[in-house]
Amino acid sequence: MALLEVSGLTVSFPTPDGVVRAVRGMSFEVERGRTLGIVGESGSGKSVSTQTLMGLTRGAEVSGSARFEGRELIGMPAEELRRLRGAQIAMIFQDPLSSLHPLYTVGWQIVELIRIHEPATTKAQARKWAIEQLALVGIPQPDRRVDDYPHQFSGGMRQRAMIAMALALQPKLIIADEPTTALDATVQAQILDLMARLQREFDTALIMITHDLGVIADMADQVLVMYAGKPIEVAERRELYYRPHHPYTVGLLESVPSTTGAKERLKPVPGQPPSLLRPPSGCAFHPRCPYVMPKCRTDVPPLMGEEHLSACWLPLDVVGLGPEAARRRTEESS
Amino acid sequence: MTPLLNVSDVRKYFPIRKGVFLRREVGRVHAVDGVSLQVRAGETLGIVGESGCGKSTLARCVTGLYPVTSGSIEFDGAPIGGKGFRRDVQMIFQDPYGSLNPRRRVGSIIADPLVIHRIGNAAERRRRVQELMELVGLNPEHFNRFPAEFSGGQRQRIGIARALASRPRLVVCDEPVSALDVSIQAQVINLLKDLQAELGLTYVFIAHDLSVVRYVSDRVAVMYLGRIVEIAPGEDLYKTPRHPYTNALLSAASVADPDLSARRERIVLTGDVPSPITPPSGCRFHPRCPKAQARCVREDPLLLPGGDHSAACHFPVVPGERLGAEHAGIPQESTEPGLGRTEPDRGGE
Repeated sequence: MALLEVSGLTVSFPTPDGVVRAVRGMSFEVERGRTLGIVGESGSGKSVSTQTLMGLTRGAEVSGSARFEGRELIGMPAEELRRLRGAQIAMIFQDPLSSLHPLYTVGWQIVELIRIHEPATTKAQARKWAIEQLALVGIPQPDRRVDDYPHQFSGGMRQRAMIAMALALQPKLIIADEPTTALDATVQAQILDLMARLQREFDTALIMITHDLGVIADMADQVLVMYAGKPIEVAERRELYYRPHHPYTVGLLESVPSTTGAKERLKPVPGQPPSLLRPPSGCAFHPRCPYVMPKCRTDVPPLMGEEHLSACWLPLDVVGLGPEAARRRTEESS
Repeated sequence: MTPLLNVSDVRKYFPIRKGVFLRREVGRVHAVDGVSLQVRAGETLGIVGESGCGKSTLARCVTGLYPVTSGSIEFDGAPIGGKGFRRDVQMIFQDPYGSLNPRRRVGSIIADPLVIHRIGNAAERRRRVQELMELVGLNPEHFNRFPAEFSGGQRQRIGIARALASRPRLVVCDEPVSALDVSIQAQVINLLKDLQAELGLTYVFIAHDLSVVRYVSDRVAVMYLGRIVEIAPGEDLYKTPRHPYTNALLSAASVADPDLSARRERIVLTGDVPSPITPPSGCRFHPRCPKAQARCVREDPLLLPGGDHSAACHFPVVPGERLGAEHAGIPQESTEPGLGRTEPDRGGE
């Protein structure tokens, strides 16, 4: 049994303009100690789906199932979910300044978390614990910095503090939602190194949500690509980068400038992501797909394949980047 | 040949004031601190650096949006701000949401430079606006719509159309694609390159994304704490970086290629960028530099003019040299008690 098993998750938000179908059937598994990378562009539903697991999407209509160690998270009473959240499943958000309370010291916030989940600890013990956590994530002079307010920390240090908080109770799963997007390249490298090291040390499972294909290339064991509220391709990291199947994944990988500095023209994915108020019929990617077939306009492709899953009607052996793969795709679609 | 843009020893300090009445000056943010560079007609000069390094401030000085504290900027041989300067130099901003007035129709937004510079009559302006919209890949029939009716990528196209309205010669692009999704980024980058070829534009292209800058630029300048630490033709800089900071920055950038990423040696810098209120003595990078020596604390290395590839470093990195992070730098506390750290805006990456 995987640590987290999500199947058929849908999340919709009723709005005055109609129902926004933010997640339209999300299924994935995360094993203990492994990293799942979820990539997608803004509005693809990558954050909404994981926030729903944690009960953080109020006012949403949710269906489907998400089992954490066999316990169903969807529809779990709020009190029970609250005990899980922070202790068993922790989250790290993009913006560490708005996820830390500005009026309390960093130490106070870690102590609060520890004492809520471990009521037996005394204040002094929890404070010592908090200092150890800050030291663990590499904050200099943790015994002094523990009494600092979030604004006295730099961006990188705040994200370290968030990681310290997330790890304080040794959760089994950490959900990191764009943890380094707000940080500079050199600081991002520090934070990713730290996360990878701590994950190995504590055997924590990690869900890494990002739009940055570079971050995923460094961190993930398995990669899930989302488009218009659905997973469209799931594969092991190297498989996904070097033998992508879904034309959207191919488009994403090809729209990044080459790492060798070659200056040939970029090949962007044409068009715009679809509106989730009225998703396109059939495959949601068909209006932008260079290999569209008649079937794509009418029939929704399920995730197909064994190890390497892809929701595309092209035959599963048409994989890879480059002219040869593109030629085969064009042949298959004509 | 005289360069199109000549920036020499430009400094821009922002005063920090305290008190209600006297507004005493208690310190200065050294945002840009002695920058010299030239931009040749028709080329793209990329400027990279982390947040707070002064790259956006430099852009605003070059376009005349900020008066400089000292130094001089010449455009086409004349000091900036003269006749025709604002027609010739335009800017594209990062945030396609914040840089367009939500209450005005895009047609009138794009026509602004034409109205300001009294170019054409109403009918000619409308024709020019539709021409511009077509040029940047927007439907010209949409000139009557409001910015909210467009997506992020389309709004960035509106910003580009507005920048091109007065037929500028130099366009300063400040993080023009960093707020856009990956697939849309490539569309806008292609558009900028096409426009450059078609209209013979010169670009100053500022971004924190190293691979985007490498892709669009002929030459690249790396900034750190208000200074240019290295400037070189793009491929030279990426293949044989000389300044330790450039080395670290390049090695830290994540690449969308798992094998390449695993092979590469990462130089993880310790600590944060020091405060630009009290920049370090000598070389500004010395507290974080793996090669720092006593001389770096004392002596400020110069970026020597002339030559294509120059780095402001006493001990430049030679090709093949390994920069270990083990003996990294002289540790230092980065916070300034009392003054408070200024947290530069992080941009919507």
